[in-house]
Amino acid sequence: MTFGDGASEKSAMTFDPVHLSAKALAVRRGEGIVVSNVSFAVGPGDALALRGANGAGKTSLLRGVAGFSAIAKGDLAFRLNGAPADLDEARSVLVHYLGHAAGVKTSLTARENGRFWADLFGGGAVDAALTRLGLGGLAASPASIFSAGQKQRLALCRLLIAPRPVWLLDEPSAALDIEGRRLLNMLIAEHRRQGGIVLLATHDANDVPEASVLRVGDGVLSKGVAA
Amino acid sequence: MSAMRAAAAVFRRDLALAFRQGGGGAVALSFFLVTAATAPLALGGARDVLGPIAPGFIWTAAALAALLSLERFFQSDYEEGGLEVLALSPAPLEIVAAAKAGAFWCAALLPLIAASPVIAVLLQMDAAAIAPLMVALLLGAPALSLIGAAAAALAVGVRRGGLLIALMALPLYAPVLIFGAGAVNVAPEAGLASAPMLFLAAYSLFCLAACPVAAGAALRLNLE
Repeated sequence: MTFGDGASEKSAMTFDPVHLSAKALAVRRGEGIVVSNVSFAVGPGDALALRGANGAGKTSLLRGVAGFSAIAKGDLAFRLNGAPADLDEARSVLVHYLGHAAGVKTSLTARENGRFWADLFGGGAVDAALTRLGLGGLAASPASIFSAGQKQRLALCRLLIAPRPVWLLDEPSAALDIEGRRLLNMLIAEHRRQGGIVLLATHDANDVPEASVLRVGDGVLSKGVAA
Repeated sequence: MSAMRAAAAVFRRDLALAFRQGGGGAVALSFFLVTAATAPLALGGARDVLGPIAPGFIWTAAALAALLSLERFFQSDYEEGGLEVLALSPAPLEIVAAAKAGAFWCAALLPLIAASPVIAVLLQMDAAAIAPLMVALLLGAPALSLIGAAAAALAVGVRRGGLLIALMALPLYAPVLIFGAGAVNVAPEAGLASAPMLFLAAYSLFCLAACPVAAGAALRLNLE
């Protein structure tokens, strides 16, 4: 697939429909339960913004969905093409996680990082993704000289290089400049148009306009508010 | 299929990283060479002193050289968030750990094996014992690498965990050292297919079956 102008966007791939639902979910981290009684259901094109105070459990919830933290109670289910999918298998083919640590190998160059993700997840168009994120000129530079924002842009390339329908983003705009945030908004909007799902923990309502908001900490889902 | 491709990607990347800044490849080889080269200085150059202890000495140096570079095995992945990336790859973490152990074997241990004839000469070892030494190192090195992977996975959340890794790995290295040096010592009478040599091969196979599973479980634990 190609990135850039609107014409090629329309011909871009569309994901097989994926549904993700949680019922009365509780996530354990170490000894204690850090977030409990969370329920939501998202489908193709949906975005869910996780809001809440520091320490409310937004990160833990994302890590629980990704399978890093154990699910103590409740149900988490992926449905692919309408049929229930095995949880571990679904995560290994459907899910991208982008956390506080960017997952960028600093001793490799930007392009080598991209190639690695393309090989690891199955994907391609490394240089197109780097260019799209404004790293075209830095493709041959080692990621160790990148600023936090540039590392985050490189990490976002991972989402483009290996297309997967479910994005779990933990404060993805934290290190980004204004231009980077605008780009992130566009990527999320595009991803949703292709039938993707975005779950993101954020303090910035501008990250995902028109997203449902899940207040973590009280487990209440309010639809369509982004204030 | 995609799991194998993912494992190959991890293997290739780790191989490339081993020879970059902070990689383990050169560290293990230099440690191995320096230890063996200084031994004649401390022990004296006499053939009847050095010759008999040479196989055991070379095995000890190889095991310690492996331990020295194990600390970074999963550490940079863990700190930079790479573990999360690997955990969501089509390859289960067990396979990822095995691929990384394979890369470690190639990058850190194969150079040692290649350099071992030089060390054997430095330590006045019998020329006829060089071939058995290299075969034994080839058969035992997978065990060193796989055990190291499991120990490094357990200690990945610990800062400066090198000592902890060494403490966990050394007891499991003991059979490799015992039968590795033994295989070289009995080679003049028993040849290459001696009992210690076969045990060494069996131990490496056992580690191939057990260690990736242990490493995968330990990594999952540390992801919480």
